[in-house]
Amino acid sequence: MKKTGAEIVWAMLEHEGVEVAFGIPGGTIMHTYHPRRNYGVHHVLVRHEQCAAHAADGYARASGKVGVAIATSGPGATNLVTGIATAMMDSSPIVCITGQVSTPVIGTDAFQEVDITGITLPITKHNYLVSDVEELAEVIHEAFYIARSGRPGPVLIDIPKDVQQKSTEFDFPDNDVDLPGYHPVGKGNADLVAKAAQLINQAERPVILAGQGVMMSGAMDALRAFAEKTDTPVALTLLGKGGFPESHPLALALMGMHGEVFANRAIQQADLLLAFGMRFDDRVTGRLDAYAPFAQKIHVDMDAAELNKVVKADVAIHGDLRQVLEQLLPLVLPNDHAMWLERIDGWRAQSLKRNIINRPENGHLAAPHFINEIWEATAGQAIVVTDVGQHQMWAAQYYPTDNPRSLITSGGQGTMGFGLPAAIGAQMARPDKEVWVIAGDGGFQMTMHDLATIMQERLPIRIAISNNHYLGMVRQWQEFFYNKNYEATPLLGPDFVKLAEAYGIPAWRAKNRRQAREAIAAARACNGPALIDFEIAQEGDEANVYPMVPAGAALHEMIERPTYVMSPHEAMSPQEAAAQPAVAMMAEV
Amino acid sequence: MQSTLVALVEDKPGVLTRVASLFRRRNYNIESLTVGHTENPGVSRMTIVVDDSRTNVEKVAQNLYKLVNVIRVDDVTEQATVLRDLALIKVQADGGSRRSEIMQLVDTFRARVVDVALDSLMIEATGTEDKIDGLVDVLRPYGIVEMVRTGRVAMARGKSGNGHK
Repeated sequence: MKKTGAEIVWAMLEHEGVEVAFGIPGGTIMHTYHPRRNYGVHHVLVRHEQCAAHAADGYARASGKVGVAIATSGPGATNLVTGIATAMMDSSPIVCITGQVSTPVIGTDAFQEVDITGITLPITKHNYLVSDVEELAEVIHEAFYIARSGRPGPVLIDIPKDVQQKSTEFDFPDNDVDLPGYHPVGKGNADLVAKAAQLINQAERPVILAGQGVMMSGAMDALRAFAEKTDTPVALTLLGKGGFPESHPLALALMGMHGEVFANRAIQQADLLLAFGMRFDDRVTGRLDAYAPFAQKIHVDMDAAELNKVVKADVAIHGDLRQVLEQLLPLVLPNDHAMWLERIDGWRAQSLKRNIINRPENGHLAAPHFINEIWEATAGQAIVVTDVGQHQMWAAQYYPTDNPRSLITSGGQGTMGFGLPAAIGAQMARPDKEVWVIAGDGGFQMTMHDLATIMQERLPIRIAISNNHYLGMVRQWQEFFYNKNYEATPLLGPDFVKLAEAYGIPAWRAKNRRQAREAIAAARACNGPALIDFEIAQEGDEANVYPMVPAGAALHEMIERPTYVMSPHEAMSPQEAAAQPAVAMMAEV
Repeated sequence: MQSTLVALVEDKPGVLTRVASLFRRRNYNIESLTVGHTENPGVSRMTIVVDDSRTNVEKVAQNLYKLVNVIRVDDVTEQATVLRDLALIKVQADGGSRRSEIMQLVDTFRARVVDVALDSLMIEATGTEDKIDGLVDVLRPYGIVEMVRTGRVAMARGKSGNGHK
């Protein structure tokens, strides 16, 4: 059957199981858009191509399937770049399709020509410039296979306009791909696995460091079985959240720069670290020469280049984590680390005392409080998509989750503006789930134009703006390390309630805990999208993310959460707390 | 110390760029990089020389493997290997005695003269980089007008191939 390149694109997307694509048409890609209606792929029109890439990324992270973004050549393609780099750093499987100027004029600086395969070479897992329509189907098939297999990542396909227009005899390609140099790893080396089991059986103070690889390899059950059999506590990386239930008695919460003190202390005191599908990011290790000084290290990763890259492993196993854990399980002995866990629980109790959540109500609103309110209201079952900055760390700390793919956040690249568009993707992927965006007022303003997309698609996304009128994380660093010189961090934002209203989105403002509770309940009662502007503490210890490992410090040199002594006039009686002004509610539009 | 990696790559557009881009991005130092065809159509062979005091050779190989078009990478540094560099060297040679002196040196190094002009000779030399460095050193006093070297190519001794299908 004859098909044009444009038709082949949609036929192949359908064939690869794609249900939705995010994009914006333009001169060199409109030919591909033309036959879209004849195929079963829904298109979400975003308002900036960066959001198409982030939405595809959010879709991929929420579903585990490949997300798809489409853009035209030139600026359309370059606008994808931040989103592609974000997906690359966090190993998120997306396929980006870009239009390109026609093959005869490539290289002539034609209108809206840009060398997008050259530009994205270092930030894609692989990319293609399709010069012949005969290759198109095979390339698309390969692209999806590469994006989702092994260590996942973004793949870009650049399709010149004349290739989209040309017709060819079309058949679906074979399932096999011809990639002689590409072989995702499976089991680990049996000798190394046996050696690892020996170290595990001898360990007295083991700690598991669980990364995103747990979810990517589908190793949640295997990890749980392993942790329970060996009685080993599990600390999580930011992207590892969801890989191990945080309600589990062996869960140690977040590790690293803004990790819990008890998690970091356990790592520093451990005699064995089991690094499972994580890559020892500098945000996780603190100062390297003082990192886990007593611990032998076992590192399991499916990317050989991650092994011994940052931390030298005593046993480095190149393998798919689920398969390696299944190899390990029969070799490890049931163990009991009661003494070790008791020590950790002692540190945990100390941390809890300092936890800001346990402070009495004082009339202010701190971000941890409203995040905790969202957690309680949603029973921890929502998908939380964050932006980047202080609120992101607070969300990681105060929205514990037992569910995989439920905290979606830009980890490696730390891309501000990620939250809202990624939530669009997450909600498209999981229409059955309640999706909350938690964003700072800084990051939100980087992509807030896509409120229009949310309205156009009638997506019931709840948006929580953690508004301190600052670029908060930078301000915190300025407070700690730059003599409180708040250079370029105070932020004039719009009235977010009115802004939402302009888009037809009901919105509320909350300035204290009671208002926060009520606004959250009201937002959750909406059928469509809703927005809450949480006016939070701007300065002082409620406005800083604790605990914190300063840059260049070792993990055990953390700044702990400040202890809090309340003066009598600060504390509010329950009556006073109840008498605070109620939330100002916008009429539903 | 220098390490020598031999990489078999798919002969597709942009593969050299991908490899070069990887070295730049990961801040690896390349001493030399040569590319050419192999006995298999569709497969090219790269010989990559890196200074292993500044660059972690194992990491280079592992990252090369992450490129989809890279089929196989071997570190042949420790293997019994034939290493060759080819040089073309143009030397000033106008007087009669200088010319015969140069020809003698060329013979000693088992190089050969491939072009003769009134005032210069072009010499072709193959061998290890050490040998060619030695030849260059003795030719330099005569005045080297122009020189080009290919960079190292390498092949392991014995009958085993660089095993791909």
